[in-house]
Amino acid sequence: MPTKISTVNDTETVLRAENLNIYYGKFLALQNIWLDIPKNQVTAFIGPSGCGKSTLLRCYNRLNDLIESFRAEGKIFFYDKNLYASDIDPVEVRRRIGMVFQRPNPFPKSIYDNITFGAKINGYKGNFDELVESSLRKAALWDEVKDKLRQSGLSLSGGQQQRLCIARAIAVEPEIILMDEPCSALDPISTLRVEELIHELKEQYTIVIVTHNMQQAARVSDKTAFFNVRTSDTGGRSGYMVEYDLTEIIFNNPKQEETRDYVSGKFG
Amino acid sequence: MTSNFPERSLTRSAMSGRTLFNTVMTVIAFTCGVLALLPLLAVLSYVIIKGFSSLNLAVFVELPPKALQKGGGFGNAILGTLLMVGIAALISIPFGVLGAIYITEFSSANVARGVRFAANVLSGVPSIIAGVFAYGIVVLTLVKLNLGSYSALGGGFALAILMLPIILRTTDEALQLVSQDLRQASAGLGATNFQTVSQVVLPAALPAIVTGATLAIARASGETAPLLFTALFSNFWPDSLFQPTASLAVLVYKYAISPFKNWQSLAWAASLILVLMVLITSIIARWATRQKA
Repeated sequence: MPTKISTVNDTETVLRAENLNIYYGKFLALQNIWLDIPKNQVTAFIGPSGCGKSTLLRCYNRLNDLIESFRAEGKIFFYDKNLYASDIDPVEVRRRIGMVFQRPNPFPKSIYDNITFGAKINGYKGNFDELVESSLRKAALWDEVKDKLRQSGLSLSGGQQQRLCIARAIAVEPEIILMDEPCSALDPISTLRVEELIHELKEQYTIVIVTHNMQQAARVSDKTAFFNVRTSDTGGRSGYMVEYDLTEIIFNNPKQEETRDYVSGKFG
Repeated sequence: MTSNFPERSLTRSAMSGRTLFNTVMTVIAFTCGVLALLPLLAVLSYVIIKGFSSLNLAVFVELPPKALQKGGGFGNAILGTLLMVGIAALISIPFGVLGAIYITEFSSANVARGVRFAANVLSGVPSIIAGVFAYGIVVLTLVKLNLGSYSALGGGFALAILMLPIILRTTDEALQLVSQDLRQASAGLGATNFQTVSQVVLPAALPAIVTGATLAIARASGETAPLLFTALFSNFWPDSLFQPTASLAVLVYKYAISPFKNWQSLAWAASLILVLMVLITSIIARWATRQKA
């Protein structure tokens, strides 16, 4: 049954999952998801391994379509459009809903070309130099790379590469940025810089972040959804959402016992 | 507490059984390595020594001499080889690369498995069979259409059959080596399949694809049997795709076993030129696609 959400801040909902069930072939990976993502805020998905939080994230930009056995039942509304309707173009969805991945994956091109790639394939008509500078500034990377824009993106350090990937995602002017454990491959200093960046970015974008690190979720997000995994009678593991509320409530005063056990470190 | 392991000294001992065995095997492996290199070095140096003395400018610009006649060259054979390998590349590279793109990016696993198996089988087909096949398809058709018979076109077609499986397999492996992360990053930015493949995957795989194409070209340049049925030989400059055409490989075949000294030295020179052509092609290809770090 749908979990009630506290609506202390009555903000607009940009993504709404309704009765979503995700299958890989016959295997039910995620069951019965009802979830509203608010605009211009940071929403975190936390939970143990295998609970389906990355799977859910990748449903928002139709990236799971790349997996052959994937099947989604239910609806995901982006504003008023169901993203899984048959007439929706997933390519355009992915421009409006961008993604940053767990391992930094810049293209083996120059820093400049990395940023302009997304713009070029989407028919950008403005000034490329300005786009590169503004994207890199927004990603807090401009000062470090402004003199070496023609060098390969792979010559940067891990933290810089990830900020380059963020700049690359921003360059196509998305409305939502999905982040799949963006700091798990980074050292603590780079992690801190990316977290500061997320804080600045939420003024302009809506951010959904999957993280294994509970302290990070507590630092960075406004609302948190806790997912858990249960083993069915046939032995398959499927994920479900336990609780979704303001971050302060989830971490200090959760309503469900499972949530309390997880955030206090009893399992996970 | 007694241990089940034998007593051993901490310091190295050259005469202990294990160390001795290790040393002997290392020496054997090294020797085998050297022996494996010897044939390559022997062939190369022999060709260079015997061929170099017959090299002069005439070799590039003149036509083959009659037996025992002084001078002459095999400019037409050089052109002919370039022409036929060029035709073969024009046919096999598009099909090979596009086919590999299909099986790595778009097809189901079963189709991909079938195509890879077929390519492996084709690459094992003896080159003379490719020659007979090209004879049946190209040469006899040209005869029916009254356009000619033995021709550069037939030679090029036969070489293309030999090049195709090499290009398909090496391109396939090159594409598989490109990390899935890059494809996902590109799709995540709103790229269509075509944009991802052409602007991200292919450029990343390009050096390996070019290496594969160069390997295929090297193989094709030296093939003789297929050309015997399709392009034959000629003592004249190639002026049409529908005429018998000279090639370096067939020239070596004809001249090396002849009893005439001038033909034999031309055969050595032709061998040297062939080896150098392949070497230069490889170097240019690797230089042109070097990763600008």
